[in-house]
Amino acid sequence: MLLSKLREALICFGAGRVTLPYPAAPREPAPGFRGKIQVDADLCFGCGGCAHVCPAGVIQVEDAAQLTRVLEFHWSRCTYCGRCEEVCPEGAIRLTSQFETATDRPQDMVIRLEVFMGPCQRCGRCFPPPTPLERMTAAGFRHGGDGGRA
Amino acid sequence: MLKRLCARAFPRALWVYHANTGACNGCDIEVIDVLTPYYDAERFGIRLVGSPRHADVILVTGPVTRQVAPALRRLLEAVPAPKLVFAVGSCACGGGAWFDSYSVLGGADRVIPVDYYVPGCPPRPEAILHGVALALGLVEKKVAGEALRQETIEELAMGVSRFGGGRDATP
Repeated sequence: MLLSKLREALICFGAGRVTLPYPAAPREPAPGFRGKIQVDADLCFGCGGCAHVCPAGVIQVEDAAQLTRVLEFHWSRCTYCGRCEEVCPEGAIRLTSQFETATDRPQDMVIRLEVFMGPCQRCGRCFPPPTPLERMTAAGFRHGGDGGRA
Repeated sequence: MLKRLCARAFPRALWVYHANTGACNGCDIEVIDVLTPYYDAERFGIRLVGSPRHADVILVTGPVTRQVAPALRRLLEAVPAPKLVFAVGSCACGGGAWFDSYSVLGGADRVIPVDYYVPGCPPRPEAILHGVALALGLVEKKVAGEALRQETIEELAMGVSRFGGGRDATP
């Protein structure tokens, strides 16, 4: 009995330190980790496909003015599924490996993006894609041999 | 003297009461993971307690369901006065994928005032530790709100871009 306790104590002494020095030393996530979203304002053309596929409704699209479309990413409720990254035709949304997203203000978890929409050369208004198929493609649907999943 | 002692002890040891308000158990498992010797939140004085009357911090996981909301309000009243509320996980921060569901109030901050948000689905144990260290003042905050915009056609026509090619990140 006593000997077994002593043996246990010896094992504990031999184990060494297991605790990570985390907040003092950085710790990178594994490759392929999906963290906070990052939006490239130069690449986005405001098709709204990301808003269409987002399961948590993170992305809100609002046509603020005739030529301005506002996309607001309320990523506090983002589930990091990566669907927006998959459907974005321009690769404007990327899921970075940043996971240290703790904050004390809810306003810190909002990305606001104002997209300038290209107008028609003649009438000066934005125009929808001409065919229904193009409209679906712009809204995030993909058609292919994989049953429309990718 | 006791008051001074309490004021000195409070930033050192936060006793946590963990409230599951309808979470899927993903965040709860990560919270338990943080308390294991590998991540070891106990070195910061974090301890789980069994009663809100013993706690300094309420740790909320899950989108607050309609059923549990009154209980959560009563739970906050049971915690003695200097108290913090942590919302851990996307559900507690903003409602997650259920933010507009009929049976869910959509986040802990709809019911009780939240002091710290730790988003993630579930957050990594490191992310929860980062939130704890942020509350204790050991690390800096690493996120900020962003406001991005593209140039309008007038700005493009003038050939000058105030916004440096569409990038304007203002905290």
